[in-house]
Amino acid sequence: MEIVAENLTFTYSPKTKGLSFRALNGVNLTVKSGEIFGIIGKTGSGKSTFVQHINGLIKVQKDSGALKVGEYDLTDKKCDYKSLRAKVGMMFQYPEHQLFAETVAEDVAFALKNFNKDLSAEELAGRVRQAVEIVGLDYNEIKDKSPFDLSGGQKRRVAIAGVIVAKPEILVLDEPAAGLDPKGKREFLELLLKLHKDFVKTIIIVSHDMNLVAEYCARAAVFAGGKIIATGTPKEIFSDGKVLAESGLDLPLTASLTEKLKSKGVDIDSDLTVKDFTEKLIYALKNGGRQDERRFFRQLFPRRLFRA
Amino acid sequence: MPVLEVKNLSFSYGKSQKAVKNVSFAVEKGEFVAIIGHNGSGKSTLAKLLNGLLKPTSGEVVVDGFSSNDAGAVFEIRKRVGMVFQNPDNQLIASIVEDDIAFGPENLGVPREEIGRRIDDALKAVGMKEFRKATPERLSGGQKQRIAIAGVLALKPQVLVLDESTAMLDPQGRKEIAAVVENLLKSGVSVIAITHYMDEAVKADKVLVLDRGVVALSGTPKEVFANKAALDALGLEQPLAGIIADGLRERGVNIPENIITEEELLGALWK
Amino acid sequence: MKDVSFGSYFPADSFVHKMDARAKILIAIAYMVAVFLVSAFHFLGFAACLSFVILTTAVSRVPFFRVLKSVRTIIFFVVFSAILQLFFNSKGTVVFWVITDVGLLNAAFIIARIMLIVLGASLLTLTTSPVELADGIEGLLYPLKWIKFPVHEFALIMSIALRFIPTLIDETDRIIKAQKARGADFESGNIFKRAKALIPVLIPLLISSFRRADELADAMDSRCYAGSKNRTKYKKMRLSFRDLMGVLAVAGLIVGIVFLNKFYAINTLAQIAGAL
Repeated sequence: MEIVAENLTFTYSPKTKGLSFRALNGVNLTVKSGEIFGIIGKTGSGKSTFVQHINGLIKVQKDSGALKVGEYDLTDKKCDYKSLRAKVGMMFQYPEHQLFAETVAEDVAFALKNFNKDLSAEELAGRVRQAVEIVGLDYNEIKDKSPFDLSGGQKRRVAIAGVIVAKPEILVLDEPAAGLDPKGKREFLELLLKLHKDFVKTIIIVSHDMNLVAEYCARAAVFAGGKIIATGTPKEIFSDGKVLAESGLDLPLTASLTEKLKSKGVDIDSDLTVKDFTEKLIYALKNGGRQDERRFFRQLFPRRLFRA
Repeated sequence: MPVLEVKNLSFSYGKSQKAVKNVSFAVEKGEFVAIIGHNGSGKSTLAKLLNGLLKPTSGEVVVDGFSSNDAGAVFEIRKRVGMVFQNPDNQLIASIVEDDIAFGPENLGVPREEIGRRIDDALKAVGMKEFRKATPERLSGGQKQRIAIAGVLALKPQVLVLDESTAMLDPQGRKEIAAVVENLLKSGVSVIAITHYMDEAVKADKVLVLDRGVVALSGTPKEVFANKAALDALGLEQPLAGIIADGLRERGVNIPENIITEEELLGALWK
Repeated sequence: MKDVSFGSYFPADSFVHKMDARAKILIAIAYMVAVFLVSAFHFLGFAACLSFVILTTAVSRVPFFRVLKSVRTIIFFVVFSAILQLFFNSKGTVVFWVITDVGLLNAAFIIARIMLIVLGASLLTLTTSPVELADGIEGLLYPLKWIKFPVHEFALIMSIALRFIPTLIDETDRIIKAQKARGADFESGNIFKRAKALIPVLIPLLISSFRRADELADAMDSRCYAGSKNRTKYKKMRLSFRDLMGVLAVAGLIVGIVFLNKFYAINTLAQIAGAL
């Protein structure tokens, strides 16, 4: 399912003078099926308002542009939001705060029961088991436990199982790693990569953690003042100084290092993931960049840096 | 003499396993101590022991000569050890900024005129003077958290404990808090920051790593974060600059072992 | 959701806004007494009350339509009361079908009385923020301390409740959205189905409220809260010249109405016609 927004505009409290606030101001964006796509921008840049449009939690206002998600036309009054929401899963910040049922199995089954009313008990249990296991929890051990007795990391996993159980094609995650400790964060992001490989086609991550976006997203869009000011790979976005100044965002560490090395005349052409950056840096250290730069490199990186 | 001293401190909830086990450390005037550890390592329990929200099972916390074991001294300790929590929404009690900041001094019975002065000073210290009459609801997360800090500063504490106070903030908010902390340290207030953000811990004078209630590692940020094997075992990560430096070293680049910030990494490449 | 102003407070910098909340509450009560004092059919008395409202509105700089809007919410109640009076009154002479002149007058009387009271009350909430109202109520309850009424605790509860209403509205909004994203349906089905559909919202809301309460208690303890003992109060309310003016105005209104009741008693349609 492709997401296509054209000139999408949204105003909060449009009728109340003084309180009315334009959150989106002509957003144009295409997210292709199969991407891990980042949506970045400062608080209040419109990114949350935008993603809530994707599954119709915020409805497209009259004469406010167009939005299509797969075959769903969200400007259409008769749009079937329920079946849309089955295909576009959405996980908010601190999703564990939305757990409510008596047992983990019941909580995970909630979305499935809502979306597929005629599922047999067996099918239901099978799907719940699959969702619980894919997020890395032991179904038999956990299914009858109260979700409130679990650890923080487990709760978050149950919460995501409760979203992906409906087998959405698109999964939108708002600040998925907030509040997790470093290890929990790393594990959770690895889980997302696994989901992307085997389970969910498109993943959209809303975050203000630029290191996370550089590391995990293939492409991203930068929101500022209700508009998209840049779309592209992390490399494209983070090498455009103007975009960053306008958005008020920080650079991921790899991009910041790249920039500082560049000011010394060293070009490191990585995709900004830590692994690739390290690779390319080593390459530059060992070989110098282009032929004409090589002499310069020797000065910058003296031999004693290398053991061999 | 340290402002705050933790001596062989232990605590358990009911009869369950100890959440904090035999922890000892001292905080000097104007010192910045970071406490890190994975979720459930006992960090928050330790924080609550520092200002008497919890009573130690054994051991003690001594603040400016007052012991946590002296039941009569709890308000003396709380006056001196201010505490700011994670969720800014859950620690503001009034709908107007100045009323909220007044809450602490009012509790201490501070005279009215003096409260007014303290509100001024506290708001100045967090850089929010013009928000005196504002409604917290309308403020950003970082601003709310600065108001929460101001509410504690109005008690004129010697030590400020930040219990994951930046966890729910955006990068902008985190920068705001970092700037406030820097100012406080300069003015002689000691800061104990409990955090998941390694780039915050890097700035501390001293880092304690808690694991299952025990101090598993401690030292300067350089000492702690250079110890990759130990950090891995404790479920923690090096700061990103350290990870890159390690990656380079593994591939034979001869750069020093204790790199933890971007500047140090650049510096090492340019020697 | 966040930007929807809570209550009907209309911020402005006016004479009425600057008045002490305690005085305003007392004046509002006195005004309501005045409305009730207007004896049956005495439309001059109502005219006096209406002028009081119009004058206050003008001084308060609140747009008239905002004050009138408050009536809209109770319009059903007003109409219902008036209909009761019209059709179920057997006194007086029949004017049309079953409607008598006394019924007609009673209906008009009821409408006037309810509307005037609502207008007065809404003027109070339009010109006084919830926080000021709470402070005002606290100030007025203060004497009850002598009979051991926990005024401070009561005021603190009010203040915290006010502070957390927007937070909880936000939170409810967030939880509703999260459950909607999981296919929850709050709009269809009969009343029982809808009530049941709210469980996935209410339980997380309840749990988070407990969590908030716990954290708030810790934060209050950390700031040396120990009940009302030896506590000082930063906020000081001062009565001023403005408050005196307000009190005099409402006193004048009451005296006027008593005077009208006594010397210009009007009881029938004919008399009204005569008075006009």
